[in-house]
Amino acid sequence: MEKLCTDPRTRGVSTGTTILAAIFDGGVVIGSDSRASIGGEYVSSKTINKVIQVHDRIFCCMAGSLADAQAVIKAAKFHLSFHSVQMESPPLVIAAASVLKDLCYKNKEELQAGFLTAGWDKKNGPQVYVVSLGGMLISQQVTIGGSGSTFIYGYVDAKYKPNMTKEECLQFATNALALAMGRDNVSGGVAHLVVITEKGVEHVVVPGDKLPRFHDE
Amino acid sequence: TLSQQAASGEMGRTTIIAIEFDGGVVLGSDSRVSAGASVVNRVMNKLSPLHEKIYCALSGSAADAQTIAEIVNYQLDVHSIEIGEDPQVRSAATLVRNISYKYKEEMSAHLIVAGWDRRNGGQVYATLKGLLTHQPFAVGGSGSSYVYGFVDAEYHRGMSREESQQFVINTLSLAMNRDGSSGGVAYIVTIDEHGTEEQVILGNQLPTFFDQ
Repeated sequence: MEKLCTDPRTRGVSTGTTILAAIFDGGVVIGSDSRASIGGEYVSSKTINKVIQVHDRIFCCMAGSLADAQAVIKAAKFHLSFHSVQMESPPLVIAAASVLKDLCYKNKEELQAGFLTAGWDKKNGPQVYVVSLGGMLISQQVTIGGSGSTFIYGYVDAKYKPNMTKEECLQFATNALALAMGRDNVSGGVAHLVVITEKGVEHVVVPGDKLPRFHDE
Repeated sequence: TLSQQAASGEMGRTTIIAIEFDGGVVLGSDSRVSAGASVVNRVMNKLSPLHEKIYCALSGSAADAQTIAEIVNYQLDVHSIEIGEDPQVRSAATLVRNISYKYKEEMSAHLIVAGWDRRNGGQVYATLKGLLTHQPFAVGGSGSSYVYGFVDAEYHRGMSREESQQFVINTLSLAMNRDGSSGGVAYIVTIDEHGTEEQVILGNQLPTFFDQ
C-alpha cells in the first residue's frame, strides 16, 4: 500500500510500519507496531502510537508520511465531530472513512498517507475500511498495510477466519504484527491493539519481550 | 536495463521454496515465466536436477539460471565419477556458489540447492549473490516476500514427509495468490533416501483460503 521513502531529506519522518484491522464475531481489532524511522536508517521513536481515536467507537491507523497522516487526521476529527453534532447521533464508521477519503483524494498530489479505519456503529455493526494512497475507499473483513505488511499477506490469508472469537482474533493480530516486525526492519517496538465492540473500547499493549516467538527466535 | 529485462525471459518474478524434513527435503516452485507484462511460459518447471538426489530451484534471469544448473550438473557428474560415489549436497551447493560469486556482476540468478546424501541426510542451501548458507528452509523469488510471515509461523522441525509436502503446497498457493508474477501450476519434488518423486499440482487443485 505505501511506498517506502528512501530519501530522508525530502520526505522527513515516515512510518515504515505495519498496521492491520480485522473483524471478529461482535467487534473489530485494529493494531499497529510502534516504530517511526527516518529514511529507514534511524529509529526516531520506539513507542509512537499509530492507532488514533477519531470518535468514541471509531479508530484509525496511519501509514506513510507521519506529518501528512497527522494533518489529515486532525482535519478529519474536526469534520467528524461537526458532522455528528449536525446529525445528532454518533457518526457511522463509513462516515469517518469517507471524510478521510475525501481529504486524501482531493489532495492526492501533495499527500502521501493511507489509513485503515475500524469501528463499530449501531447501523452496520463492526466494519473495517481502507483508504489507500490516492483516495480509494473499500470495505474489507481483514486488511493490512504499511511496509511490513508485504511479509504477512500469506499468513493473514491462511490464518484469518470470519467470525472468530475476540480472543482468537487478538491472538491472530498479535501473531501477524510480531511476524511482520520480525522481518521488516522499519517496523518494531511494541504492538498496540484496540478492540472495539458494542460495549466499548479496550486497549491492549504487548511489549516487545511478550510478543510471540517463532521457531528460529 | 528494464527494457532488456522485459524482452528476455525473467524468472526472478517467481516463487521458489525448499525445506528440510526428518529424512529428506521438499522443493517447490510456481510455473510462470514473464517478460514484462506478458506470460511467455505458464508451465515452466523451475526445479532442475543437478544429480539423482540433488535438485535446485531456479529464479532470476531464466537464461543465467538454466546455464548455471546445466554447468553444475556436468561438474557433478565428473566429480561423482572421481570420488566413486554419490556427491554430497554441500558439494553441489558449493559448485553453484562458485559460479554465482565469480560472475556476480554479469549474472542475476538465485538458485536454492536441496537434496539428500548419506552423510548428512536432507539439506537445503541458499546461494544468493555468492554466499553459501545451510538453512532449515529457504524461500526465493518475488513471491517469497508475501509468505515470510507464514513460513516463520508455520515451519517447525520434525515434520513428516506428507506434512512438509502440504506445507510447501500451502506456501506456494498463498504466494501465487498475492504475487502477480507467480502463478500457473505448482511443481513439487520430494527427495529422501529411497528416491526422488516429482509431482504437479494443477491450478484448480491448489488449496483455497477464506476469501476465495
